[in-house]
Amino acid sequence: MAVEFAGWAELEGKYFPNEPLYERQQQHSASAAIQPEIYHAWTSGSSFTFVPFYRYDSADDQRTHFDIREAMFLLPRENYELRVGVGKVFWGVTEASHLVDIINQTDLVESLDGEEKLGQPMVNLGLLAYQETLGVMDFFVLPYFRERTFPGRGGRLRFDPYIDVENEAEYEHSARQRHIDYALRYSNTFDRLDVGISHFYGTSREPAYLPKFDANGNLNIIPFYEIINQTGLDLQYAGDAWLWKLEAIYRSGYENGSYYAADAGLEYTFSGTGLGGMDLGLIVEYMYDSRDFDVDIATLITSGYIGSQFNTFLNNDYMIGLRLAFNDEASSEILTGIIREDLDNHASVFQLEASRRIGGNWKAELDAYIFIGANKDPLLDFLRKDSFVQLALKYYF
Amino acid sequence: MNKLIMILVAAFVLPLLVPVLAGAAEDPVAKGEAIAREWDRRDRGYGDTSATMKMILENRQGQTSERKMRILFLEVPDENDGDKSMVVFDYPRDIKGTALLSYSHILKPDDQWLYLPALKRVKRISSNNKSGPFMGSEFAYEDISSQELKKFQYKWLRDEACDKSVCFVLEQRPLYENSGYTRQVAWYDKETYRLQRVDYYDRRNALLKTLIFSKYQQHLGKYWRAHDMYMVNQQTGKKTRLIYEKLKFKSGLTEKDFTQSSLKRMR
Repeated sequence: MAVEFAGWAELEGKYFPNEPLYERQQQHSASAAIQPEIYHAWTSGSSFTFVPFYRYDSADDQRTHFDIREAMFLLPRENYELRVGVGKVFWGVTEASHLVDIINQTDLVESLDGEEKLGQPMVNLGLLAYQETLGVMDFFVLPYFRERTFPGRGGRLRFDPYIDVENEAEYEHSARQRHIDYALRYSNTFDRLDVGISHFYGTSREPAYLPKFDANGNLNIIPFYEIINQTGLDLQYAGDAWLWKLEAIYRSGYENGSYYAADAGLEYTFSGTGLGGMDLGLIVEYMYDSRDFDVDIATLITSGYIGSQFNTFLNNDYMIGLRLAFNDEASSEILTGIIREDLDNHASVFQLEASRRIGGNWKAELDAYIFIGANKDPLLDFLRKDSFVQLALKYYF
Repeated sequence: MNKLIMILVAAFVLPLLVPVLAGAAEDPVAKGEAIAREWDRRDRGYGDTSATMKMILENRQGQTSERKMRILFLEVPDENDGDKSMVVFDYPRDIKGTALLSYSHILKPDDQWLYLPALKRVKRISSNNKSGPFMGSEFAYEDISSQELKKFQYKWLRDEACDKSVCFVLEQRPLYENSGYTRQVAWYDKETYRLQRVDYYDRRNALLKTLIFSKYQQHLGKYWRAHDMYMVNQQTGKKTRLIYEKLKFKSGLTEKDFTQSSLKRMR
């Protein structure tokens, strides 16, 4: 019957060495965020978790935002589990992209890697009766749609043309955000192989865009959310030091047609006494996307529809990453990776994440993104001045 | 002459044969295995265990830091497979709610999944870093994971006084891959087969660590558990004390409490 209280608060500073491309953007910004967590469990095993989130950002009014990350009632039973409320669900195995993961909307202003999510209202029933043999079946009813967050006019890392988030988004379905979405996922483990098969029907988390001129005659684009079907597959096989990974999706329902995409790769972990207890992980992944990426934004604007590939540039790219876990007292970790558009135009994104614990309650995190040759890719071009380094100090309570 | 020969044989040759004959009756490998088998037999049928675990890490300067976690074990009766375990971390706070599910095996690598609560992600992880430190402590993953009979080749070395009793001293050579040790030397007391001490020898066969077991308590009138395990790294001077509290047996845990679904519910 205990109520537990936990959570974290952080201070974060960002620095962009290059002058901004657009008016109102800054070269540095400061931000503070807090995410408390209240948890209550009944003796029956049921529980309720409440996790609100708030961030203030000095430069970007869209990044200053509030969200309910979780407000979830969980009823666990021997043969099933029921979740009702707002929550987060992660599906998938790969590191460079998260194709299969579709339940939650991306909180894009939080981080570029797409791993920060908005809380999703849901009813989720998981059938566990035969999980050791036949696997687990999860059903989802998603009664409310969350719109993707985008940087505001003062924010760096914003798109061009500007994604107008001050005005209302457009929807294919007249129910708009109240369209009820459905999803199911089957998962099972066969010895060293983990398998997941999923299907989603409902509002695409990834928007397409419609060009729109504002009162001053400036061109903006607004998100356009279509009704889609997505079938996903995720596979992971564990060898001794190897992890083989695959995620693949097929999506249909977009105005500009159907497409498929995949991310396949491996992770190899070097370890042992020679490395002094450290783990050195090498990650290699290749990403493919069948959408037409040879696009000219101007032509698309004239056509009145900008496809959802505007959200990504990962169409024929590979990623090489290195993960270094020191296994020391401070749990020091460095993850660094480079995504390279090998077969197309040789634009690259270099990423670094490093973290280290300080004492029992603090953690320091250093993040950096460097966009190399971004001007060679129309879908990265607007980020060409936005390489940045970010330092965050997090307090866990 | 014959008599003289007989006497000479009796005086010089027979004493030489005695150790050989005694050795046949008491082959150190067979004896070591028998002792280890008896140690294993006495722990059979524990069913499941749950406990809270505190680790106190101490560096050479004497500065300490703490780790707190809860741990669940499920006995897998099959002698040819390892037990299942779940560890949920409580402290330091940044890893609160992180949980590790392991299906340990005898010779092949364990299956391990890590739950990252911030991402709600279950990640399968490679388990071949057996010699790597567990949570930055002096305990390696292989020291923490379940001690299965068939993971080692045993050899009885000697009997020796230990603490208030007499101990069997065994040499234990890991049979599984990626161990950080060439061998371990373990002291089991003769009355109860409780482990009293283990010396760990590194890949170069130099003494690396010493583990002392103390504060033994008997549970359910049968199962002895050390509530205090003190590991000293003899090469670096770093120390880790591991303290078990709230140890419970047979709380009715089943296979269903050790799945990826239950991993996601852990907190």
